[in-house]
Amino acid sequence: MKRFVYITDDDLSPGVYCNNKISNTKYNLINFLPKNLWEQFSRFMNKYFLLIACLQLWPLITPVNPASTWGPLILIFAVSATKEAWDDYGRYQLDKLANERSIWVLKKGIKTRIQAQDIQVGDILWLRDKDEVPCDMVLLGTSEPGGICFVETSAIDGETDLKTRVVPPPCIGLTSDLLHKIKGVIECPTPDKDIRRFDANMRLFPPFTDNDFCSLTINNTLLQSCFLRNTEWACGVAVYTGNETKLGLSKGLPEPKLTAVDHMIDKLTGAIFVFQIVVVIILGVAGNAWRLSEGQKIWYVKYFVKSAPWFEFLVIPLRFELLCSIMIPISIKVSLDLVKSVYSKFIDWDLQMYDENTDTPAVAHNTAISEDLGQVEYILTDKTGTLTENIMAFKRCCINRICYGEATGDALTDPMLLRAVHDQIPEVIKFLKVMAICNTVVPAKSGGSLTYKAQSQDEEALVQAAAHLHMRLINRTASGLEVDFLGDMLHVEILDVLEFTSERKRMSVIVRELKTRKIKMVTKGADETILSIVHPEQQCRPVIEAVEHYSQMGLRTMCIAWRDLEEEEYNSWSLKFKEASSSVTDREWKVAEVCQLIETNLQLLGATAIEDKLQEGVPETIQTLRKAGINFWMLTGDKQSTAIQIALSCNFVLPEPEGQLLHVQGRTQQEVQMSLERVLRTLRMSSTEPKDIAFVIDGWALEIALNDHKDDFEELAMLSKTAICCRVTPTQKAQLVELVKKCDYRTLAIGDGGNDVRMIQEAHVGVGISGREGLQAARAADFSLGKFMFLKRLILIHGRYSYNRTAFLSQYSVYKSLLLCFIQIFFSFVSGVSGTSLFNSFSLMAYNVVYTSIPVMTIVHDKDLREETVLQNPQILYFCQAGRLINPSTFAGWFGRSLYHAAVVFLVTIHVYANEKCDLEEMSMVAFSGCIWLQACVVPLEMNMFTSIQVIGILGNLVLFYVVNFAVSMIKWGGMHTIMYRICHQPAYWLAILLIVVIGMGPVLALKYFRFVYRPNAINVLQHFERMAASASSTAAATESPLRSFDKGSVPFSMSSSKAELGSVYEPLLCESQSSSVKRGDAPWVELHYYEGF
Amino acid sequence: MSTNGASTSDNGAVPAKKESKKPKYSRFTQQELPACKPLLTPGWVIAIFMIVGVVFIPIGAVTLLASNGVVEIVQEYENQCTRNFTTREQKVSFIQDSTAIKTCNVQLKVPKDMNAPVYIYYQLDNFYQNHRRYVKSRNDQQLRGDAVNETSGCKPEATTADGQPIRPCGLIAWSLFNDTYAFSKGVSTNLTVNKKGISWKSDREDKFGAIKPSPNYPNNQETNTSLIGGGRLDPDTPLNEQEDLIVWMRTAALPTFRKLYGKIEEDLKVGESISVRIENNYNTYTFGGGKKLVLSTTSWLGGKNSFLGIAYLTVGILSMFLALVFFLVHFKNPRPLGDPSYLSWNRKAHLSANSAH
Repeated sequence: MKRFVYITDDDLSPGVYCNNKISNTKYNLINFLPKNLWEQFSRFMNKYFLLIACLQLWPLITPVNPASTWGPLILIFAVSATKEAWDDYGRYQLDKLANERSIWVLKKGIKTRIQAQDIQVGDILWLRDKDEVPCDMVLLGTSEPGGICFVETSAIDGETDLKTRVVPPPCIGLTSDLLHKIKGVIECPTPDKDIRRFDANMRLFPPFTDNDFCSLTINNTLLQSCFLRNTEWACGVAVYTGNETKLGLSKGLPEPKLTAVDHMIDKLTGAIFVFQIVVVIILGVAGNAWRLSEGQKIWYVKYFVKSAPWFEFLVIPLRFELLCSIMIPISIKVSLDLVKSVYSKFIDWDLQMYDENTDTPAVAHNTAISEDLGQVEYILTDKTGTLTENIMAFKRCCINRICYGEATGDALTDPMLLRAVHDQIPEVIKFLKVMAICNTVVPAKSGGSLTYKAQSQDEEALVQAAAHLHMRLINRTASGLEVDFLGDMLHVEILDVLEFTSERKRMSVIVRELKTRKIKMVTKGADETILSIVHPEQQCRPVIEAVEHYSQMGLRTMCIAWRDLEEEEYNSWSLKFKEASSSVTDREWKVAEVCQLIETNLQLLGATAIEDKLQEGVPETIQTLRKAGINFWMLTGDKQSTAIQIALSCNFVLPEPEGQLLHVQGRTQQEVQMSLERVLRTLRMSSTEPKDIAFVIDGWALEIALNDHKDDFEELAMLSKTAICCRVTPTQKAQLVELVKKCDYRTLAIGDGGNDVRMIQEAHVGVGISGREGLQAARAADFSLGKFMFLKRLILIHGRYSYNRTAFLSQYSVYKSLLLCFIQIFFSFVSGVSGTSLFNSFSLMAYNVVYTSIPVMTIVHDKDLREETVLQNPQILYFCQAGRLINPSTFAGWFGRSLYHAAVVFLVTIHVYANEKCDLEEMSMVAFSGCIWLQACVVPLEMNMFTSIQVIGILGNLVLFYVVNFAVSMIKWGGMHTIMYRICHQPAYWLAILLIVVIGMGPVLALKYFRFVYRPNAINVLQHFERMAASASSTAAATESPLRSFDKGSVPFSMSSSKAELGSVYEPLLCESQSSSVKRGDAPWVELHYYEGF
Repeated sequence: MSTNGASTSDNGAVPAKKESKKPKYSRFTQQELPACKPLLTPGWVIAIFMIVGVVFIPIGAVTLLASNGVVEIVQEYENQCTRNFTTREQKVSFIQDSTAIKTCNVQLKVPKDMNAPVYIYYQLDNFYQNHRRYVKSRNDQQLRGDAVNETSGCKPEATTADGQPIRPCGLIAWSLFNDTYAFSKGVSTNLTVNKKGISWKSDREDKFGAIKPSPNYPNNQETNTSLIGGGRLDPDTPLNEQEDLIVWMRTAALPTFRKLYGKIEEDLKVGESISVRIENNYNTYTFGGGKKLVLSTTSWLGGKNSFLGIAYLTVGILSMFLALVFFLVHFKNPRPLGDPSYLSWNRKAHLSANSAH
């Protein structure tokens, strides 16, 4: 459980702990091939293809040349293996660079330069300014007075501001010489990946200090991959090395996410597999029956039961298995991967999602899940920094019953407050002092002007405001602060910092004023946590009212309090605190317990209010996305009234009477339960009213609801489209995402800060705002954006198009494979059910890899509707959310189409090429050309628009087909020798092709036309409208914008789901999403048209 | 790293320290390529179906005429030439009896003038040349003469009982069709049958080499008498001159097929009677296959086959009909395209508005 690190222990046998060699590589030269193959074969599809390929090596059963499967299979494997190898080589190069960096290390009392990979646990390392930290180490000394140093941790948590790290107290003041001789032991936990905690103890051996333990925290460490900044040198002892560092352990790829479409494709592939097995069994039985009856009579094949080996009965089914193996197209994965990476490139390239101010383009980190964006049903959003700018400005305050800033709108310019400061009213001075002291802000002097570096935007705003009111924090050392008030220097010694945690929601600093030697505790925090610990005799009323008032204006409030401490009280508490903070297990909890002991009987000074502006375009974005049927949940750490205020101002909830807010509250189980039930009753009752109902819950009640009333809460979550959850912790955010996911909704989580990372990783799609709270969220996310408003475009444009394209591509891939397979099956009925392949090996291979892959890839440029139309009619997203374009019903359409087309190709071919023309090789090429021509018509019919790329892809492919086949026909020893020349000279060939195309496409076209004009779905209507608008604007100067929104009046989102209305809705058979749309409360007003396919 | 394609700045004028990450503009990257968006409007669709009709009906007529211009005489003889044996067993034992006389005479009437060349085909029914065991049972290398003793893939007709390679090996060659026909016009004028050039030129030149069949071909020793295989090959003629074999080895795709037997380079006049002396050697009786003798002229489309003509006419008429239906429906019941009230969400808005009143 624990590791004991002896500082500069040269006797330590190497090998107890690993050396500092970093290895991020997945493979090495020896294990690359087996490991990579093993990984590739862990996918079902690949296993299946390998099995097929192996079966084909048995010449008795293979209908075609094994190369037709081995070729593409090896190609696909080689491509992905090469990609892996290339990536891994890149990682190896980076590792090598890091490992061979030279580092000053103390060896046997002498400073020597060694390579970073040779660092051992216990070594003392010297770092210079701007050096990268090679391993996790405990700081022992720095060049700065007071034993502090600054680090940049952006490689670990993405935050670019400088952080302070301090030398542990026993080592403060040690000179460089002494550091050469230092001996001691550090007791630290076994390596873990929590970069916020380091619960360890250190004891120096005599003569350095007494035998006292000193507790260490993360503030005493330098973690691997941080950079030393603004510090001449720092020295420390290595505690975790190599891949056992905190960074090394937290590395590793997150679980790959699968999209809903992927799941659907898997399901459909499974269905095809079952269908294939059924076909194989039927044909196998039929084939064996034929062999045993007719087969005995056809003497010319010498098919004798007696001389046949025992496994003969297996041969025919296996042959059919191989013949039908093309039903599951080997190319589908490759084509999907390819187009998906193009989608993500489109996201990266999109100029309309580029934020000029911060120079941030949108980035798709996860290239595989773009189409899930189009199916999002729930968006769970953070508030601060996501909906708001996260630029804090101190606006109001309330000190001693007087609210400042009411008249001017800004407390900093309120003459009353300025006068109060000038008059040095004691309450105001105290208030400002707390503002200046109670924080972790580091003042930095740069060229005469004072700037503040803070981890929290709120703190920075408070310190800035205090400085503006002449209470200037000018210096911070490891143990003290200097505050300048109108030339009056105030020195305070910091005794303890009771840190802010999301559970405590307050922070306190215990200081000793050097002038008066008095100990004081200053506290700031959320109002409810402060008010509960205020001295019971104090009047809190005015402050509570002020806080209420501020939060209704959407301001972030904070209460400020203070307390004088007696020397004895502090000393006795201090011991407990030390003990708690040096405990190795459960430290956080123990510290919180101890903190509570002293944080009582505070004197409330007042409240501050900080404004956080809404980001531009947030209300419109939310309105549009809500029209698209996306439900919003706001998960914020902020207080309830602020959250509600922000929610109102950004269209999140509607004011009365259109909207209604229901509160779920309570402190105990019973209260929460009753409240939940009441809210549920109201919701059920009002479900028919066109009213926008949202519920509000706070973290406390949420905890109870999630633990004890999960079922009720789930129902509530499903009934209510909008929710505001305030005061929630990062864990609860992730829990809420999980809850919505469990109800079978596609979720998107969007956030900007470290507290959103878990929710972003948990959701189906995680979106990070590259905001001011660092890049942590953006790094963990699948997509990162510069601003919240780009979400509209990301979902409605990129998500929707990606979904449409993937839906077509995947179903088309199956269709074209099935087409060929059905022809083979039909042919087996005229070839004695013996498993003869009509098509030759080359054609089979080229069909999937070339002829049918190229044209359909151009779908990446297809758009069914123009971007403006989609943005103005966001309701159209319903098609994607309900999975209208790929589901068992549409798939059945494609299945039927392939069956029909196969029948057309087969029947026309065998009738035209009957009698004296019925040569096998010729007929094979006629049927094959028929398939290619049908493809060349199906693809354009399903596409909605034609750019030059599409035209080149489709026509070029036809040309390619003939060029390739003419070339192959020139090969003398090939089976196809001269075939293509012969058939192209026959008028019958061209007549047959024309007939196949017209019979094949005629009914499809007629049906499509009929639906398009007489049973149009919403997409069709909008397409018509686009056309009309285009012609209208070209003929007459349109007075109003031709592409107005079709939305007649605001449509409140009805939650009705009465059975009667459901009945009137056209719901086709074979519709899997029927059940899911019933589940969705909005089913009735979604008219269901499953017309795609066929 | 994922934006490296996009991050190259075009903003060179600004002396910024960091390169701008602004993506480059191009119509491709912004998905703004110029495009045409055809819609299935009534006009287009009716026009398409009309055009199909207008094009297909004449084509159908022409092809049907071409097919009807072909004169064809089909004479079934598998039952006529078995000396009145009725049961299959009798027929089978007759055909397998190597001593029996299998000659039979058949009279054909010429129904119409047949211009030279008149093609002679034999047609087999219910014969599976496309059977998996059969179609692969050959060795192209051997046939080409590249490797005379190569017999891989030829099982079960690869080697003789004593291990000698069979040449040509395989089931296809072994089962060579061996009925023969002799034609005479009227009473005794012999009609010469030209058997040169009945196979594909490319086959003679590139697929079959100048190798000679193995002596005593076909190999029938290992099997009992009931399995005697098909035709014999002249051991002194190289394979590329044995055109019957070359034709036979172009395997047929369907169980009913015709293969060219020869050509009569002489016009046949209407009403002439042609007598054919058939050597009925080939065993189709075990599997109940049919044998037919076909004399046919040819057209630009090939032999007599009215399928294309009828199909084109039918499709043409149907598509005209559809065009008419669409036209009528469109004019009787014009749909205002792009009416926003068709949108489900607007309809719902109406519904809820109505129900609210």
